[in-house]
Amino acid sequence: MPSSPASPASPVIRAEGLTKRFGDIVAVDAVDFSVPRGITLGLLGGNGAGKTTTLAMVLGLLLPTSGTVTVFGQNMAGHRERVLPRMNFSSPYVNLPRRLTVRENLTVYALLYGLDNRQARILRISEALDVRPFLNRPTGSLSAGQITRVSLAKALINEPELLLLDEPTASLDPDAADWIRAHLDSYRRTSGATIVLASHNMAEVERLCDQVLIMREGAIVASGAPADLIARYGRETLEDVFLDIARGRRDRGAVPGQ
Amino acid sequence: MFSWQRVGALILRHLYVLRSSWPRILELAYWPVMQMVLWGFITTFFLQHSSWVAQAAGVLVSAVLLWDVLFRANLGVAIPFLEEVWSRNLGQLFISPLRPSEFIASLLIISVLRTTVAIMPAALLSFPLYDVWVFSLGLPLVAFYANLLIMGAAVGLAVSAIVLRHGVGAENLAWFAIFVVAPFSGIYYPVSTLPVWLQPVAWAMPSSYVFEGMRAVLFRNEFPVDLFVWSVALNAVYIVFASVFFLYMFRVARIRGLLLQQGE
Repeated sequence: MPSSPASPASPVIRAEGLTKRFGDIVAVDAVDFSVPRGITLGLLGGNGAGKTTTLAMVLGLLLPTSGTVTVFGQNMAGHRERVLPRMNFSSPYVNLPRRLTVRENLTVYALLYGLDNRQARILRISEALDVRPFLNRPTGSLSAGQITRVSLAKALINEPELLLLDEPTASLDPDAADWIRAHLDSYRRTSGATIVLASHNMAEVERLCDQVLIMREGAIVASGAPADLIARYGRETLEDVFLDIARGRRDRGAVPGQ
Repeated sequence: MFSWQRVGALILRHLYVLRSSWPRILELAYWPVMQMVLWGFITTFFLQHSSWVAQAAGVLVSAVLLWDVLFRANLGVAIPFLEEVWSRNLGQLFISPLRPSEFIASLLIISVLRTTVAIMPAALLSFPLYDVWVFSLGLPLVAFYANLLIMGAAVGLAVSAIVLRHGVGAENLAWFAIFVVAPFSGIYYPVSTLPVWLQPVAWAMPSSYVFEGMRAVLFRNEFPVDLFVWSVALNAVYIVFASVFFLYMFRVARIRGLLLQQGE
């Protein structure tokens, strides 16, 4: 794997003037942000705010109309293959082949990431995510909660330094969602990984995230630590802050550009 | 009570599907036209050469088998690609370190494996059923097989590129696109049977050289090297073009955000 030019102090992700247009629609509008190493960043916003589009550009699956996004110092529009082995992604909107067993799916992805000791690694991650009881079952036969755990197992198979998650607990019952959050928190603490989490669940973001970016109509309209945002807007919860922003109410000491 | 309004609603639902996908509209008219053209040429040829089949036992069986190599090689690329689309796995694959060129290589290799597995039982069965031992073609059979594999895979790759751009609405191309070449490939009749103005189309296809070569082996017991060289050269162009076309469509998919949207 080529070495990254980024130093340990460099941000893991840096977006500069990142813009995506689909015809006349501006999905992401010249956003600038950087994500320091080792934090969990929450990407918040209503439907169509530009969160998934931003994540797709960070992954290099989508090419920006203008601006750049670098990950570990590499431009994702042109050199994504240099850093993809160090990152991973999970989303309820992309699936694993349903006819393959869980073990087969994880084996395929372990091979794609060029990992050694694949079966031992699969067993280890299966234990950690409580996937082992259905390791030999077709993925399509599992419940939503089980599929989410398998998807997370795939996302952690290469022990990524950068983990991107799009609504990781969508459609899960509260118990299963809480279990996933606890595991993500544990992974971040033990591995020192950086996590970027797009979510609509404010309680989840408050619990997991050190920093949040709130997007509306493709732009970043607020950013900061959850507690700071709550204080800045004079609210009780992040959900109240989110509603203020979604409905166009300004914070008490709004800083232009944030 | 039976409701014509509900019937109409469902008809409208399917009309919406048709309207949203030009390949589906094309497919409606495609098969009748294709069958008419192919069997029209076959009939024309046999009316003029009624003793032709008797000169080389098994020529039709061999032609059917070799045609199926072309067809299966096309499906051998397109179906594994569609499996990734249907299972919404494309996005997952391309956030792994997998490169598009590696993806293409894997599809081509899978096609070789799938085609070989698909063809072998039919090739073996043709002996007890029709007393035709297709392996008696000898080494030329390997040359024919390899050329048809490459051409079929190239068509399958081009079809996959179109599905990547246009989504599952274009998936039926996987089954019918290859039949475009059937009437012009001289599978069951020599290229000379075609109208003169259509013959250049036939000679632009690697498959025409293969089927002409097959008849040369069966009728005259000679392997026409010039036809083989033409077929290889054209196949090189086809596979390079199909690969470049796929890579181009992959880039278009990255611009339009299609990789995370693929699926039923």
